[in-house]
Formats: sequence, structure tokens, C-alpha cells
Amino acid sequence: MKTIFQRCQSLYDVPTHYCPGCGHGIAHRLIAEVVEELGIREKTIAVAPVGCAVVAYDYWRFDCSEAAHGRALAVATAIKRVRPQSIVFTYQGDGDLAAIGTGETIHAANRGENLCVFFINNAVYGMTGGQMAPTTLLGQKTSTSITGRKNKSQGYPLKISEMLALLPGVHYLERVSLENPQEVLKARRAIKQAFENQINHLGFSLVEILSPCPTYWGLSAPEALAWIRDVMRQEFPLGRIK
Amino acid sequence: MVKTRKLLSGNEAIAQGALQAGCNFYAGYPITPQNEIIAYLAKHMETDAVGFLPAHRVFIQAESELAAINMVYGAAAAGSRAMTSSSSPGISLMQEGISYIAGAELPAVIVNIMRGGPGLGNIAPAQSDYFQAVRGGGHGDYHLIVLAPEGVQEAYNLTQSGFDLADKYRIPVMILGDGILGQMMEPVRLSTKPIKINPVKAWALSGCKNRKPNIIKSFFLREGALETFNLALQKKYAIIRQKEARDEELFLSDARIVLVAYGTMARIAKSAISQLRKAGKKIGLIRPISLWPFPQRGFNRKNSRVKYLVLEMSYGQMLEDVRLAVNGRAPVEFLGRSGGGVPSQEEIIKKIQQIL
Repeated sequence: MKTIFQRCQSLYDVPTHYCPGCGHGIAHRLIAEVVEELGIREKTIAVAPVGCAVVAYDYWRFDCSEAAHGRALAVATAIKRVRPQSIVFTYQGDGDLAAIGTGETIHAANRGENLCVFFINNAVYGMTGGQMAPTTLLGQKTSTSITGRKNKSQGYPLKISEMLALLPGVHYLERVSLENPQEVLKARRAIKQAFENQINHLGFSLVEILSPCPTYWGLSAPEALAWIRDVMRQEFPLGRIK
Repeated sequence: MVKTRKLLSGNEAIAQGALQAGCNFYAGYPITPQNEIIAYLAKHMETDAVGFLPAHRVFIQAESELAAINMVYGAAAAGSRAMTSSSSPGISLMQEGISYIAGAELPAVIVNIMRGGPGLGNIAPAQSDYFQAVRGGGHGDYHLIVLAPEGVQEAYNLTQSGFDLADKYRIPVMILGDGILGQMMEPVRLSTKPIKINPVKAWALSGCKNRKPNIIKSFFLREGALETFNLALQKKYAIIRQKEARDEELFLSDARIVLVAYGTMARIAKSAISQLRKAGKKIGLIRPISLWPFPQRGFNRKNSRVKYLVLEMSYGQMLEDVRLAVNGRAPVEFLGRSGGGVPSQEEIIKKIQQIL
């Protein structure tokens, strides 16, 4: 019998620890599928964040390092510099990349490090229990913005991808979404583009992935997908940024 | 002919020692009084590195000490001989990263050329980071091996030992000096041996070709897993305590007063000893070279009439380790200054005369 579908070999055959309806499992899988498709599993080194995806190395079947909260791009910079033949990427959430790690993000981008960054934007801190993130929308309720985020005291949703577009060292920026199968396929294409850029020595590539967090948005899984489409995308428009 | 003797500052000697040891990754952020290390390595390593291990050496000026220590973490995880250097406030910033390096059991060398504190302090030499260095410094039950050179030649030599110890035990090693050591110039006999080749590390991240994936981490969520790991770390530290304690001992056989001092302070102590011994005074010295593990041997003497005098450019930090080593068997006196002041030969002699 002809095999028409099989499990991605770059993923271990284990269930993930993520909540029902979470986007991390989809994002992990897209990355693993692209790694497999490009035949780079044996030269890939991932850097996992501190956040919900802290144990991503339990799911990906390739070399992986943990990094302190926010420091993934410093760690990845060094790995890529000492092993330029390896394919190196970071996988970071909005707190990791756009709050505590803002400095490392901007400077790695500005140096034009030849890396891929997969930035999971779910507008909330998941692992610590649903606190306000730099990307939390105005009016969005979290455990630390209980009546909704207010710009006056809590600032505006940080558009880190648009900020990075200003830097000459950045080669590729795209914002994608996991809200439906069509957008998931677009996300996969963007992830592949980022890896191809690194393979071709084109420099810093970042894919921002709008990802559902039903648990801390207080929504059902289908409602969370609709919220990305109807609300989150108004603040974070999809498409190629650079 | 290869020139084997060279006039170098302590900072330059540390940088040259690192190169001789096969250091192939350096990341740092400028801070006085250790800037000569960064400048020397920028000159001798590549600032636009593209190449392959072990043939190339990467230099990165990081955006902060936080980034620098995490770059060292990454480079070490990828199998490099990696180093960073800083001075007191910068080393404080690095503590989180050092804890992760210890927790992930990565080999790395961290140089602290101490200045006055607390806070921004000043740029005068000091030894006030002793506790931070020997007690771990960051969060968690861990240690670094801490080596304290007393001069430029020893700075060159100990930096090389530091890389070997780091690899041998998969542990961060700190070279602890002060602003005087960093800035003073002395002739150094340079090694004529070829530069060391970075050993192959089977555990390092290199891509999982023909093997299972390697993971570098310090996270142990499963019940009991962290305790098991910490017990393994303690076992490693016990071996290091047993095997790697180093000191220099002078005139202990007849000494009535034994000075205990490290680094620059020991150099001044030696001048005081040589002056006093000419006058017939029986003064000895224990100079810890490894501050962790703290060398116990010199304190285990039967001579019950001995007194110890601890000298520091800080306010009673190493004093605590000396008291633990002496364990009440002899009086332990103290003389220390910090914040710009360095106990002088005359002050030391005066103190000795008071307690003799």
C-alpha cells in the first residue's frame, strides 16, 4: 500500500503539554515539517525560550539549547557564529522577545545575524498565568490589566516587527496567523522562506506568528481563532513587512 | 627566533593566555579597568567571523553584559572554548547567565578585574567581589572554580589552566583579579608550545548527524529530577575540592604569624614579610591561588602558637573562609581596606607589631 501521509520525522511521537486550542503545537509542527522538507534536520540547532515553549526540545528531534528568559538571540548569535554551517533558529514568545529580551532582539537584528526567529505573538503571558504582555491589545483583560489594558498607564501594543523593519541588518519580516488552514499554509511558506534565507546567507529573518491562547483569552478554541481574525489582526496586520 | 619574553599588562596577559589556550570565542562589553582585554582580543580575533571551528576565532562586542554572558553560554553549548571579561558591576549583571552556565554544566571562563563597590563605586582596585565569586553569585546551589593570580605571569598561566579546568569538569571558571593586576606591566615568559586545539565535545550542539539530538538545558521539572541533578553537581564539587585546591605557602615551618592574602594583596604581604624576616621576625604566608575550592592544607598545622592575619582589599570576606579553615584552633586577626584604599606595607607591619 502506498504511504500518502506519515508523522513528521523531526517531531518525537509524544503528546504536547499545551492547552486545548493552543497554537504552539501547530507552530512546532510547521517548523519541523519545513526542517524535514529542506533536509536540514541533522544540521539544525534550535534555541528554546522561557515561556510556554520552554520544553520545545521534548518535541523537536534535533539539537536544541535552552536560553535564559529573553536571551535566546544572544545564545543563537554565538551558536551561529561558531558553527556557521549549522542552521540556527530561535522560537520565542512575546514576553521573551518583546519585553525582557527587547535589547537582544534589536541588536541581533541590527547586526544582521544570519538566523531565523519564530516569534509567537499571543498577546499574553501564558506560562505564568495570563499576565499582560507587551503585545496585549488596548482594552484586553489580563490578570495584570484587570479592567483592560490602558495606553495611559500601560502603553500601547508593541509592534516589534514594524520597529525591526527600520534596521538595515534585517532581511525578511512577515506576520502570519494560525487562525485557519489557509493562513496556516501561508505561515508554513513564511517559515520556509526564513530557513531558505539563512541557507542562502541572506541574513536576519523573523516570522511573527499570531497564535491563539484560548485559556488566557477566556475564549473557546473556535472563538479564539475568530478573535485573531476579527480583533488581533486589526492591531497586527498580516503580510510581508520587509 | 620566537620572542618568548614580552612586557604585558595583566589584562593583556589574560587575553594572550586565552589565545594560547585555544579560546575561540569571546564576547564582552566595555568597562574599566579591564578594557585592554577586549581591545587585545578585538585585535587578535575576528570581528567579522565566517568560517569553521576550530580554525576561526570569533570576537563580538555585545550590547550588554547580559548579552555577553549569554553569548558565552551559546558558544560553549556549541563546543567552543568561550570567554568573557568584565569588572564588578558588569559581573553582577552576568550572574543570571553564570547560574545558567553552571546549571547547564557548560565550560566557560569569566574574568573579573574587580573595582570598588557597591553600586557604581569607583574604578580603583578592590577585592570586594570575593563573596560573589566563591559563593556562586547567582541563584541556586552552584560553584565556580575561582583562580586569583598575584602577578602578570600568573595571570597568563592561570587563564590557560582555567580553560582546561572548565573543560575537565564542565564548569564555569572565574579569573579574579583587581585593577592593579589588570593595569600593571611585568615581563611574561610566553609559551612556545603550539596553541591548544579545542577538545572535541560529544555533548555539544553541532547538529544531530549520526547521533541522537543533544540538548543543553538547566530545567528539571519532573518531580525529584532537580534534586538528583543537584546531588550530581555536589559530587562533582566534592571531587574539585579534593583535587583542585591550590595555594602558595611561605615560611610556615617557623612562622609565629601567618599572613593570609591573595592576588595583589599577597604581593604587598610578601614585601612586608621580606622586610620583617630581615629583622628576624618569624612571619609566614598562605596565598590561596584557588579561592574556590579554598585551600585548607596550610591551616592544618600542629603549631598551636601561630596566629593568622588576614589581609584584604575588602572588609572581611576571605576572613570567613580562613576562620572556617582554622576552626577555632588559633586566633585570626584582620586588616582590610576597600573603596580605593589598599593596605600598605607599613600598615601591615604596624598591625603585625600590634599582635606579635
